[in-house]
Amino acid sequence: MSSTVVITGNEAAATAAKLARVQVVAAYPITPQSSVVETLSRWVESGELAAEFVTVESEHSALTVCLAASTVGARTFTATSSNGLAYMTEQVWWTAGARLPVVMGCVNRSLAAPWNVLNDQQDSMSVRDSGWIQLYCRDNQEILDTFLQAFRIAEELSLPVMVCYDGFLLSHTVMPVHVPSAEEADAFLPPRPAGLQIVDLNDPRNIGPVTLADPRRDASGVLHGGYMEIRHAHQQALAEALDVIPAVDAEFADVFRRSWGGLTWEHRLEDAEVVLVAAGSLGMELTLAADELRGEGIRAGVLGIRAYRPFPVEHLCGKLVGRTLAIVFDKALSYGYGGPICTDLRAALSGREKMPTVFGTITGLGGRDVTAAQLAEEARAAISDAEAGMSQRRTVWVNLQDVAADGKTMCGVRE
Amino acid sequence: MSTKILDLPTTEYMLPGNRACAGCAIGIGLRSITKALDGKMVLVNPASCLTVLGGMYPVSSMRIPWINVSFPSTAAAAAGVVAGLRAQGRADEMTVLAMAGDGGTGDIGIQALSGAAERNDDFIYMCYDNEAYMNTGTQRSGLTPHGARTTTTSRGKKENPKDLPRIMEAHGIPYIASTSAVYPTDVYDKMVKARGIKGLRYLHMNVPCPNGWGFDPKDTVKLGKLAVETGLVALYEIDGGIFRLTDRSAMLAAGGKPLVPVAEFFATQARFKSLPPQSVADVQTWVDRRWKEYVSRHQAE
Ligand SMILES: Cc1ncc(C[n+]2csc(CCOP(=O)(O)OP(=O)(O)O)c2C)c(N)n1
Ligand code: SF4
Repeated sequence: MSSTVVITGNEAAATAAKLARVQVVAAYPITPQSSVVETLSRWVESGELAAEFVTVESEHSALTVCLAASTVGARTFTATSSNGLAYMTEQVWWTAGARLPVVMGCVNRSLAAPWNVLNDQQDSMSVRDSGWIQLYCRDNQEILDTFLQAFRIAEELSLPVMVCYDGFLLSHTVMPVHVPSAEEADAFLPPRPAGLQIVDLNDPRNIGPVTLADPRRDASGVLHGGYMEIRHAHQQALAEALDVIPAVDAEFADVFRRSWGGLTWEHRLEDAEVVLVAAGSLGMELTLAADELRGEGIRAGVLGIRAYRPFPVEHLCGKLVGRTLAIVFDKALSYGYGGPICTDLRAALSGREKMPTVFGTITGLGGRDVTAAQLAEEARAAISDAEAGMSQRRTVWVNLQDVAADGKTMCGVRE
Repeated sequence: MSTKILDLPTTEYMLPGNRACAGCAIGIGLRSITKALDGKMVLVNPASCLTVLGGMYPVSSMRIPWINVSFPSTAAAAAGVVAGLRAQGRADEMTVLAMAGDGGTGDIGIQALSGAAERNDDFIYMCYDNEAYMNTGTQRSGLTPHGARTTTTSRGKKENPKDLPRIMEAHGIPYIASTSAVYPTDVYDKMVKARGIKGLRYLHMNVPCPNGWGFDPKDTVKLGKLAVETGLVALYEIDGGIFRLTDRSAMLAAGGKPLVPVAEFFATQARFKSLPPQSVADVQTWVDRRWKEYVSRHQAE
């Protein structure tokens, strides 16, 4: 029986893993992810979920267990945050390169140093180039639904999927969530199809050995691609994901009557001249800012990024053609450069006609609060800069506070 | 009863030709191991000389399923393979054998190995010990012996090696063994025994390395045996907590014969060239003390 319950984002993630009938779970605790795996371990111990739960000694091992179990054909799940993701980075690359359909939750949290456990998206952004699909969620319902979709996408394309959602803002905030029945979930998500990687005594293979740059013949003289061809195939699968992600979302909508937009989502975008862009729950805050601007006669709308990798270049260009200004609100920074979404978007639009000016901002690092009113205020400032003829602008830090003024606070040391 | 060399199964799982150096003992060990497991196994292997031996895509040197994993992750990967097979009801089809070098086991891989041992995960872990990081060009590992020159200890290593089997013993796992690749029946018997036990089984296999140790490839077996004669390498097992010397080491202990001085072993290899006499004496003291411990713990069957 399906039901509507009031749960946290982490409970939504765990519930999705259960509905997906994951066979192997391994994870290591880190705030704000911990309750995902605590919940799953409880269900495994009580028999509510028939899965192997491996209580590993580190994040590196958590993802290793998942990728190895996935190699032998099991559906696997893990979740982490922040330094945990950083510590698994080697295996993040290994999972993608080995084309394993592992699904992982990244409960977005800032990275040390200094210590901070609150939300920004620096963790997942730091592994954006590793060959995973990255999907960002805006609320708890989307978390549950996106995990279910993620297994379909992962298994169709033999690619790992990272489902990212904001720490505390979603992970620890309760919202009403519609939970499908096991039967409904099964109908949408059948068992994992047999894959290439499966270990078979009658057909022994050496999986993932040293591979040279160039194609090479096997013992029967058949030519196989080298490292370059394998990487190219990986890139093609990511390109294919640009069709698969919306198709899976559409199919999901047929079954559950809920759609999340596929690659992006939007709010009052239709006739918008000014487009506010963000990934994750910040997009919801931007809808309030856009409404406020609309009240002042400014034609503002929101374009939410759901799929950040693969980056939906053509799709975004289609959404932005003819607009005057796009303001990107990044909750992460490519240190020494700019906001990752902003720089990607600028590159995507570059050289095309009728594209808006793109301004970038950095916001919400380490859990710094950002209100709809502040976002609207920053949008007004950006609009006036654009109206003054500015086409390039330095990255603006939203709600950065002037602490030097009190003459006492420096680098976190209070004298 | 130990198996006689002529009674070893004749099926070969290693194909003729591989990429290891001439005279490498890893291949000798692998033949015994795969025979003991009847080829009903999956090998989990991290970056190492063994990776190279396995062959380059798209060919393999072995007729067994083989999964390559990252350098620090061997034991966790084996745990994952076990969990994945069990979740699909396939756990009885094959033995999961994790096999890594001394560096991949005792240094970078020890965290995952310790975790797997504490959980008593159901697979066999074998460390093949060629006593340095050979795959990256003979740098020191935590298991490199005192006095050995490597590319990061150009004047000879100053410390004694980690005693990994003892570290594993402290985890309380059901079976631990130390063996040498050049004693095929000792490797075979221990692997057969390990195969029949549930939980984490740890085997440590000494592997003479002509390239990294600096000796003529034709002398691999001779040197492997000499290491045992000196007591630098001991053949033993700890089965359910009971310590027993095996094969040649058991004979040496029973005969009460004096061990060959380590200096004789050192003289055979470039890595020990021009060792100061004090180092030789220090190693001898260390070996004598360890051997005495082995003999006093030994409980003959
Ligand atoms: C994280 C990481 N660090 C370093 C390396 C480089 N590396 C590959 S093999 C190896 C040494 C392996 O030594 P050992 O485990 O003793 O096996 P052997 O090569 O001697 O057989 C090193 C350092 C790596 N692959 N991964
Ligand atoms: S370096 Fe040593 S251990 Fe490695 S393949 Fe060559 S002989 Fe074998």
